[in-house]
Amino acid sequence: MKFTPQDFKSDQEVKWCPGCGDHAVLASIQRALPEISEELGYSKERYVIVSGIGCSSRFPYYMKTYGFHGIHGRAAAIATGVKVANPTLSVWEMTGDGDSLAIGGNHLIHAIRRNIDINIVLFNNRIYGLTKGQYSPTSPWGSITKTSPYGTVEHPFNPGALAMGARGTFFARTLDMELQLTSSIMVEAARHDGTALVEVLQNCVIFNDKTHSLITNKEVRADRTIVLKHGEPMIYGKNKDKGLILDGIRLKSVTIGENGITRDDILVHNAEEENHGVHTMLCEMQWPELPVALGVIRRVKDRTYDDMVRDQLTEVANKSQIHCMNDMLRSGDTWVVE
Amino acid sequence: MPHKVIDVQDVVIRFTGDSGDGMQLTGSLFADTAAFFGNDITTFPDFPAEIRAPQGTLSGVSGYQVHIGSSAIYTPGDYCDVLVAMNPAALKSNVKWLKPNATIIVDIDTFDKKGLEKAGFKTDDAFQELLITHHNIIVPPITTLTKESADTIGIDPKAGARCKNMFALGICFYLYNMSMDHTKNFIQKKFAKNQDLIDMNLRVLQDGYNYAGTVEAIADTYLVKPSKQEPGVYRNINGNTAVAWGLMAASEKSGRPLFCGSYPITPATAILEELALHKDLGVKTLQCEDEIAGICTAIGASYAGSLAVTTTSGPGLSLKSEALGLAVIAELPLVVVDVQRAGPSTGIPTKTEQTDLNQALYGRNGECPVAIIAPHSPSHCFKAAFYAAKHALEHMMPVILLSEGFLGNGSEPWKIPDMKDFPRINPPIAENLDEDEPYFYPFRRDPETLVRRWAHPGTPNLEHRIGGLEKNHQGAVSSDPQVHEQMVRERAEKIARMARVIPPLEVIGEQEGDVLMVSWGGTYGHMLSAESQLRAAKTKVGLAHFDYINPLPQNTEEVFKRFKKIVVFELNSGHFANYLRAKFPQFTYMQYNKIQGQPFIIAEITDAINKILK
Repeated sequence: MKFTPQDFKSDQEVKWCPGCGDHAVLASIQRALPEISEELGYSKERYVIVSGIGCSSRFPYYMKTYGFHGIHGRAAAIATGVKVANPTLSVWEMTGDGDSLAIGGNHLIHAIRRNIDINIVLFNNRIYGLTKGQYSPTSPWGSITKTSPYGTVEHPFNPGALAMGARGTFFARTLDMELQLTSSIMVEAARHDGTALVEVLQNCVIFNDKTHSLITNKEVRADRTIVLKHGEPMIYGKNKDKGLILDGIRLKSVTIGENGITRDDILVHNAEEENHGVHTMLCEMQWPELPVALGVIRRVKDRTYDDMVRDQLTEVANKSQIHCMNDMLRSGDTWVVE
Repeated sequence: MPHKVIDVQDVVIRFTGDSGDGMQLTGSLFADTAAFFGNDITTFPDFPAEIRAPQGTLSGVSGYQVHIGSSAIYTPGDYCDVLVAMNPAALKSNVKWLKPNATIIVDIDTFDKKGLEKAGFKTDDAFQELLITHHNIIVPPITTLTKESADTIGIDPKAGARCKNMFALGICFYLYNMSMDHTKNFIQKKFAKNQDLIDMNLRVLQDGYNYAGTVEAIADTYLVKPSKQEPGVYRNINGNTAVAWGLMAASEKSGRPLFCGSYPITPATAILEELALHKDLGVKTLQCEDEIAGICTAIGASYAGSLAVTTTSGPGLSLKSEALGLAVIAELPLVVVDVQRAGPSTGIPTKTEQTDLNQALYGRNGECPVAIIAPHSPSHCFKAAFYAAKHALEHMMPVILLSEGFLGNGSEPWKIPDMKDFPRINPPIAENLDEDEPYFYPFRRDPETLVRRWAHPGTPNLEHRIGGLEKNHQGAVSSDPQVHEQMVRERAEKIARMARVIPPLEVIGEQEGDVLMVSWGGTYGHMLSAESQLRAAKTKVGLAHFDYINPLPQNTEEVFKRFKKIVVFELNSGHFANYLRAKFPQFTYMQYNKIQGQPFIIAEITDAINKILK
């Protein structure tokens, strides 16, 4: 299947604020879908984009695919229904930090727990944008917002750690402005059988501008983030001289060439390790102690919900003598009145 | 011992005991036996919410009433001819349901000091205290005799005592000259893996039967002859099973795979359980993380082309309200089954009521009408569910099927239909663009029915986006005032036009005159029985029972015009009466309401009518 990003652009005017990180994510996904279609043989009508409520949830309108704009927090449940009903579809959920971690937290963790084969793109700008500036479940402790004028006194969620806790099989993180990285992660998410959660650190230019800038600014990005690649050593930094090692039971950042550290001492990323201990630590890394992890942090194979549903249906049907309603209605305890 | 066999028209038996005594099973075995024999039957389980409330207490009493007859039976019966009470608490809490000359069978072993105290008796003579004097009281030491039965076949008497319900059942089978074959088969099948349990249950059942044959208190026995039934294959069915099967039938007739997203809730859970059994017919069930996910997975499945269903009871319907609005504005087919129970909030979860009608009619934000269909008997749940699905699919909208705990748990014999007698269901599935369409317009409507087309993801060239935001016919998001008002009116009008394809309201009894009794849903059996009793007493009334609540049948106004007085009977404070007042304000509506978590008693209905006619 040969498509171009243009094939996935709808005729609707994109109504996000100028400078909003969502524009970049839209472009990345429109760039990823042709590649996915080519690799996996998906025709255009097989894509369904489901969303909840919030700025990012307007996403389906801007895509020339099947789309369903749901209600607040429920996108994961709606997407689950779409996928179970028709497992041949490629189902994508677009959601925000409020949508999927506050009002929709329950549906998110249960989708992940079931390992249903959907791709969830979580736009994390750490704020409620569409309602104009209230704190969200990912707002850092102490955030001053309209509903926390003296600073929040809540501990924020870490979406990656939450996914690990729910036995997630795929978690990746990217930055809105890193189009190339985002696109490649979307392709990986599509390839993955099971729930793929992709967290996009996204900027809200109006209500939470520069919330991620401490790590995303061009000048410092390479030193404050690490792009993980399966099978490669965890090396980062402008000069590719920093790396991660295990120090006791914790991750530690070291400089290659200092204190006798060589490239061989650096941890090699294994996204396919079943035990999520290191993956959780990678998800939870925060600057300035450690670089923020980007890329595919976890990608393990496990049975998917939709496959198991299909297998059970086939298995039961193959064993059964009942093939239609008339058979079923006359099975079991019946009697005849002459 | 020779005895006389007396023919009786009908009989009501109430099995009561601790919620762990197996009364539901005992009652249903008795009911099934009667049904197989050819009696008409109706059953009514009446049990507490607690799985095992404190033993021997009033709050732990569980009951199962069976009404069997040699002619048509429409209700489980108001009062009983036989009360089986396995302990003093069961006797105490059910004495109010005794007919004047009823037979009472108690396990006298349980009427010891401790048992009497637990049930709150002040003296050691429970019968005296309850003023039970004119009844035929049979007082076998069931516990002792059951233990002895177990001992004779070498089974630990203590373990054996658990099947004392079989002893009581044996007595009842003797009393009504019924065959024990069905129950014996059931025991063989149920305990196929444990020969001891088979032996024990069969022994105790037989010993109960034999006991009844020798005890002097049973001088005569009774026979309820088979009723005249249409030839055919029959089975017993309860309302929840019938709902599940009706939905499956609609799936077969529409070619749309059935998907049910649900969350367990009393008294609706059995529908999800039943659907989960039928994977061989392609039924997909998803037990969700909550009620909201139940309806939202169903909405997703509907968007993707399934016959989508969610099942619940009142509190769950509250949780689903917002998502139900989403299905309304997205114009997706969806069946929402609400098996009503006593509310508000958790209320009395195991008791029946009709108190969700207002919620079903009005319980959503915005202008958000939903079609509502109410089944009227356990077996009618099949047809009602089938048509709820048919209307949902053919009109592209959600339909609420408003069942009741009384119907869901109640059962009756059902002549099994042939699927060829049910109509095909034709959802308006789009396969191609209309000639003048540059792209798929999701809300382009059929000019006659106002129904939109259903384009399933995976269909080439019909990509479109819908959801909770108001849109124009082309599917573009719109906050244009005119577009909004037009779409609101069209969605309402679409339901109104469904009235063209539903059956007219029928009047039972007098076709015109002084009094029209009006009712809806699960009260049908009681209303019908009341009408026939009134007719027998030469009291002339008509009965109009509604299966369709929204839209109402087209001839409703015409029917109402033919009567001087209209009395609306319902198990709530007057939801349907108020709805009718709003629809047809030219009529005056009297009301008879009961809000006790219990069905009507026929005498309540006839008394109310007699008072009005005085």
